[in-house]
Amino acid sequence: MEDTLLMDAVERFANGEMSVEEKIYFEDLRKNNPELDQAVVEYLFFLNEIDNYGKSRQFRHILQETEVKLVEEGVIHKSPLNGKSKLVYMWKRYKKTIAVAASIAGIISLVSMAIMSSLSTRKDNNLSLLVSKINKQGQQIRDINRKTDQIAAKQDQNNSTPEPTRIDARFRATGFMIDANNNYIVTNAHVVKEALHKLIVENSKGFQYVAEAIYVDPATDLAILKVKDETFKKLPPLPYNISKNNPQLGEQVFMLGFPKQEIVYGEGYVSARNGYELDTTYCQLSTSVNEGSSGSPVINKNGELLGIITSMENNAAGVVFAIKSANIYRAIENVKKMKDYDDIRINSQSSLRGVDRIDQIRKIQDYVFMVKGN
Amino acid sequence: MSTPTQEKELLKGLAKEDRVVVEQIYRDNYPMIQSLIINNNGSVDDAADIFQESMIVLFEKAKSPEFELNCLIKTYLYSVARRLWLKKLQQMQRFGRATDASMEMVAVEEDLEIHEKKQLEFNVMDAAMAKIGEPCKSLLEAYYIQKKPMQQIAQEFGYTNSDNAKTQKYKCLVRLKKLFFAQYKNTE
Repeated sequence: MEDTLLMDAVERFANGEMSVEEKIYFEDLRKNNPELDQAVVEYLFFLNEIDNYGKSRQFRHILQETEVKLVEEGVIHKSPLNGKSKLVYMWKRYKKTIAVAASIAGIISLVSMAIMSSLSTRKDNNLSLLVSKINKQGQQIRDINRKTDQIAAKQDQNNSTPEPTRIDARFRATGFMIDANNNYIVTNAHVVKEALHKLIVENSKGFQYVAEAIYVDPATDLAILKVKDETFKKLPPLPYNISKNNPQLGEQVFMLGFPKQEIVYGEGYVSARNGYELDTTYCQLSTSVNEGSSGSPVINKNGELLGIITSMENNAAGVVFAIKSANIYRAIENVKKMKDYDDIRINSQSSLRGVDRIDQIRKIQDYVFMVKGN
Repeated sequence: MSTPTQEKELLKGLAKEDRVVVEQIYRDNYPMIQSLIINNNGSVDDAADIFQESMIVLFEKAKSPEFELNCLIKTYLYSVARRLWLKKLQQMQRFGRATDASMEMVAVEEDLEIHEKKQLEFNVMDAAMAKIGEPCKSLLEAYYIQKKPMQQIAQEFGYTNSDNAKTQKYKCLVRLKKLFFAQYKNTE
């Protein structure tokens, strides 16, 4: 408690809020008590450090926003996904080695592809991916909705949040948080592929945050994004956990996603253990989904996340495929090996067990985001 | 070309974190920095990063009380960016020589040393802030960074009065201070 009293005094001293007598008394105390004086000096230094930190952060924020604006205007060019440049350098450095390795790999893969293609048929014809393309007219209506949403949200927060960065999105899908501490979000690889220039995530209040695809694996159709925006407010720990086990046949599940500009709840059950043509990466659900649902979390009654909605079968109603959640762990193992992103962690506790559905949804919805891009 | 008075105005605006000024400096100087980086083994993304960092160096300089700039903003940014980029190239062991000696240069070593120290302090504070958790983080940010009045903070965070909020704020500050100095003393 001593500490806080002293702090209060130092702060009032620094801000010039002390009366003349108090100031004299305070300075007298400092003179006669070197230990106290030392503490005061330390506090003053610390307050100055916080001030510098705040200013610097605000300035960085302005820089970021200016850059985003100028990228949109085309004054600044940036590549759509960071990390690409690193690849280019790697390529330049290891060109020869890669060329030799690639030619060997090429021969092998050609042979194996020939074998594979004789065994399997193409997926694309019978499956449709669930990314929603945003057209211009719809966009206008959404813009209006969004603006009203924002005004409402702003009033809520008393103008405390800085202006969000906005983009004109070409598509919309869904993603959900897997590491609330370091802001990692999972969605589908085919969603990320839609983003040619910029990728953002948007919460249900309409605030958009710049994100970067740090991991994309077309083989399992998984992508991991990291929210890079400084304005993003860190969320409390995840309410759900990510299951390592296979989903049970007949298990009741629910989903939250963005087939439209607001969050939509859906229910269904696990109708088969494996996916399209017995693909073991996936499981099959019986439910209804729409474009924009790609990347939606599939959760059971205990708050265990079982999968990620990816696609639906075209010529059969209500047949939906979801990537099994165990694949997320594999993806995370790979991300951990990346130098800049080895901080990724996921918790294994669900706080949703025995909670009724409405409360479960209320707790989960802040962790589900629209993934948009242009 | 801008006149000395215009340059002074720009720097004053920069010190006050004026968005319009920041954008103006971006527009005037970005293309130059981008071609510097790209002509020296860098990518467009590298250019964007280096430019931002150079802007931070200029900002730190502009807001220091004993500030004076003896050259054009353009020259300064160019010199800083070139130095930063050479350093980065060395770190990544891509050996490049910044060729392009067409631009005038000034000595910036000293400023960059100060910048490095400030960057370190920034990182230490950032890490400490990340560690104290909620509601401390938001509370301290609201008061010390967004400079909101205590009354408003009490309301937003649901404290019964501003004295309660104040007590809580000091508790948080003590924790932040401990975390900060634990790390800070290590780095010295």
